[in-house]
Amino acid sequence: MALIQETDYGTPIRITDKAVTLTIDGESISVPAGTSVMAAAMMLGTQIPKLCATDSLEPFGSCRLCLVEVEGHRGTPASCTTPVEEGMVVHTQTQRLADLRRGVMELYISDHPLDCLTCSANGDCELQNMAGAVGLREVRYGYDGANHLDAPKDTSNPYFTFEDSKCIVCSRCVRACEEVQGTFALTIQGRGFGSRVSPGGLDFFGSECVSCGACVQACPTATLNEKSVIELGTPERSVITTCAYCGVGCSFKAEMKGTTVVRMVPYKGGKANEGHSCVKGRFAWGYATHKDRITKPMIRKTITDPWQEVSWKEALDYAASEFKRIQAQYGRDAIGGITSSRCTNEETFLVQKLVRAGFGNNNVDTCARVCHSPTGYGLKTTLGTSAGTQDFASVDEADVIVVIGANPTDGHPVFASRMKRRLREGARLIVIDPRRIDLVQSPHIQADYHLPLKPGTNVAMINAIAHVIVTEGLVDEAYVRERCDLGDFEVWARFIAEERHAPEAVEDLTGVPAADVRGAARLYATGGNAAIYYGLGVTEHSQGSTMVMGMANLAMATGNIGKAGTGVNPLRGQNNVQGSCDMGSFPHEFSGYRHVSDDATRQMFEAFWGVSLQNEPGLRIPNMLDEAVAGTFKGLYIQGEDIAQSDPDTQHVTAGLKAMECIVIQDIFLNETAKYAHVFLPGSSFLEKDGTFTNAERRINRVRKVMPPLGGMADWEVTIALSNALGFPMNYKHPSEIMDEIARLTPTFAGVSYEKLERLGSIQWPCNEAAPNGTPMMHVDRFVRGKGKFMITEFVPTEERTGPRFPLILTTGRILSQYNVGAQTRRTENSRWHEEDVLEIHPFDAESRGIRDGDLVSLDSRSGDIALRARISERMQPGVVYTTFHHAKTGANVITTDYSDWATNCPEYKVTAVQVRRTNRPSDWQARFFEEDQALKRIGTDVNAAE
Amino acid sequence: MPKPAQWDSTLASAIIAAHSSLDGAALPILHALQDEFGHIHEDAVPLVAQALNLSRAEVHGIVTFYHDFRRDPAGHHVLKLCRAEACQSMNGARIASDLLATLGISWGETTPDGHLTVEGVYCLGLCACAPSALFDGEPIGRISSETLADVVQQARAQ
Repeated sequence: MALIQETDYGTPIRITDKAVTLTIDGESISVPAGTSVMAAAMMLGTQIPKLCATDSLEPFGSCRLCLVEVEGHRGTPASCTTPVEEGMVVHTQTQRLADLRRGVMELYISDHPLDCLTCSANGDCELQNMAGAVGLREVRYGYDGANHLDAPKDTSNPYFTFEDSKCIVCSRCVRACEEVQGTFALTIQGRGFGSRVSPGGLDFFGSECVSCGACVQACPTATLNEKSVIELGTPERSVITTCAYCGVGCSFKAEMKGTTVVRMVPYKGGKANEGHSCVKGRFAWGYATHKDRITKPMIRKTITDPWQEVSWKEALDYAASEFKRIQAQYGRDAIGGITSSRCTNEETFLVQKLVRAGFGNNNVDTCARVCHSPTGYGLKTTLGTSAGTQDFASVDEADVIVVIGANPTDGHPVFASRMKRRLREGARLIVIDPRRIDLVQSPHIQADYHLPLKPGTNVAMINAIAHVIVTEGLVDEAYVRERCDLGDFEVWARFIAEERHAPEAVEDLTGVPAADVRGAARLYATGGNAAIYYGLGVTEHSQGSTMVMGMANLAMATGNIGKAGTGVNPLRGQNNVQGSCDMGSFPHEFSGYRHVSDDATRQMFEAFWGVSLQNEPGLRIPNMLDEAVAGTFKGLYIQGEDIAQSDPDTQHVTAGLKAMECIVIQDIFLNETAKYAHVFLPGSSFLEKDGTFTNAERRINRVRKVMPPLGGMADWEVTIALSNALGFPMNYKHPSEIMDEIARLTPTFAGVSYEKLERLGSIQWPCNEAAPNGTPMMHVDRFVRGKGKFMITEFVPTEERTGPRFPLILTTGRILSQYNVGAQTRRTENSRWHEEDVLEIHPFDAESRGIRDGDLVSLDSRSGDIALRARISERMQPGVVYTTFHHAKTGANVITTDYSDWATNCPEYKVTAVQVRRTNRPSDWQARFFEEDQALKRIGTDVNAAE
Repeated sequence: MPKPAQWDSTLASAIIAAHSSLDGAALPILHALQDEFGHIHEDAVPLVAQALNLSRAEVHGIVTFYHDFRRDPAGHHVLKLCRAEACQSMNGARIASDLLATLGISWGETTPDGHLTVEGVYCLGLCACAPSALFDGEPIGRISSETLADVVQQARAQ
């Protein structure tokens, strides 16, 4: 496949009902009103020379290269800033225009180095192309005058350089930073001849830049260029694939040279990201070929033995024989599997199939257990399906945006940029979060209400908001009457109207002034289309499921579900966490969220798979660990997940792992969990396999192989091989065959096929006979469950309480540059932005403990203690501290407890009672961690060690 | 000319707060800061950005766009010489280059003793009495090397 060059219309494509007909160079065309002459010409295939215009940005009209002649108009208007008019007659190529354009280009080139042959953008430079297009042959001004050819180069950003001497000051980068990314980190410094692009007078690394890459993509010259391109040269072919980081699921062009990735460029045709990216997907893919990759299978008898590299056959046979031995010795239910939210739908489906049909039990679970399982439960109960209601584009029509327990600018940056664009257009914003996240106030963004509640009081807060809506007569009664179960509504309305739910009554509990709660509630109910976006700050609580239902109640009561600009939208954490849930990764559900006790469904699977299946739910991850400690659960197959770092109460997790007799890890790195494993099967990164990921808007995107698996097998092939070794034969030649099986067995996927994905680009499930091209928005005319169900959401405080010993509340989260347990991002230059996890603490709490910024502090909870550095921050409220869990050595989850959501066991990561004090040494756990990190990760010396 | 205050972020914040409710507050704030401190201290940029909900890059763009905003403190006195066409035609360029040579500084620089900063401006609207200048904000018409020598002496005396 060749390098994909996407068409650049020069100015954004307008969508309007009114068409305008005009003539360009003698050809007639009808285009939407508001289209620029430049874009209309491009629609005819005529590229008008341009430099400052690109279709991701509003027209600017500064480069003066795109001049055209319009009959009856004076002068030569810029085609980018001239909208089409009915009957307009445009000429794009005349002698006069050619002379003007050549003259303009001559001026540009008089202050531009003539090093095209050795320039990193050679062959990929719009300036070079335009010089050719306008026929520039000489520069009469010479090169001796004042110029910028000696301007210094800024190489501070790890991923791209800023070569000022090559800059033509077209402002595309500045505008991309403002319009596309919304960070406003770039400006034009100075004026006149002294005008230069500047990241605020600082270097790029030290500036406000978030390294999203939008400026690099927008730059028409080599000024902003990827270091990988500078090093490797321009790519030769493109493969369209899907990012393997967060749940936004951005489409990228992997631009390749042979099997080497030169760069990842966001794909304009990707419907989740529409050509935008963040620092992770755009730049942090180097982990895929990091020297830490384990590419040979390994086994060992006990975890204190060094690993021995063996053949695939030996490793698989050993794993199979151990699993069989354990089942023979301890019973069929003594083993289980964990699917990965980072692997493809097809791979996930195979792992749960292996467990249900090969192991013969339902002991399969996934990391969604520890993130969005309450979303599944809560939305299924109230609305009828376990997924967000909208597509991302819906936010463009939201008038009021409510962000609850999510930090989109860090966790879901590409969607955050879209949301921020809507906010700059005037949408109102309510942020409900204990911490002052960037959305509360950042350049050109200001929340109308920030409700900084105390962690653990979400349900009290949502009830208070609902109370205001019900008691002040703000319920959309017509909607409720038509769409919802009235009996349930009336019970709920009576419950919520009780005075104990009033904002004034819960003020002490939540810590938020009642007037703000009332204001926010009124805004949500009366501000037009209102959309809720939420994250793990909602779900990772003892009442996570209750809170999800509370939000659904609120949306139903105000008629905010079923149309664009509204909805209840989980921002899902990992690339395929939606997909792993859809694929039947939970112990109680087959693919498509059908309970294992449902006879018809189970019989369909039994018939197709040719085995009998259990009708009782299996073990969840915490139960597996509990039973391991109790001695009844002995073997685990884990694909691409690191529960020893990611799951709460690390010491309990490792105790469970240590108690097992055979743990099979399939991963790209020797992760924390692998310290306790007996078989290591090399996994493959998203670049090494075909498949699909499903993002937070239920969009199924293709993942395409760009390089062969480093270990020789893609993850789906490994699962097949393990299954065959176990004696449950699987036979698929390509992931498309697995998808065919999924489609056949899953009503919501019935219409999905690789052929259709190829044709449509992506598909949002449900996709079946009723919706052959998928479903961008759910619950449009009726709820999936029929009538929307209001649920009683009684606030029950968590049992995790602060007290004299543990007076502060710890809440955890993530940061832009790192991703989850950091296994990927820590092995990239992204760590330069976040080298270690730090503890954010309010100045008041710091001062009373004698803690200064940067001090090493001990963070103690009832579960354990760790040491990390303090950062004094007014983002925090007094009484609440915050840290991230990206670094294994920090061990943030040593602190977190095993309290969990009442319905789904989703851990209560967001509330842990802690004490903070100064210390001068690592905690005992950390000291032991360093020891075990050495002892349990040894690879036998008779073979080449990985490191 | 009164000596500008030392940089003080608390005072700067108070000045910013006093103006930030104005429409288009950036320029009034920057003028007020420069009036107080004699220049726009680099630490002022993030404070202004925070107060107006702008990025610091945007504020940097504003500050650098206007030559009148200084990034460093000026000398005790500031002499602005017009370099526009009318003054050039009345021998302004020559008078200016002589002065700079005498003082041993270039455009925009301050004498080593810190008494005088000389800057170019492009038209003071005083073309009728070109070549013209501005000394500590006071216009001077029909300047000559002699009148400028007086100005320098005056600057050094105070």
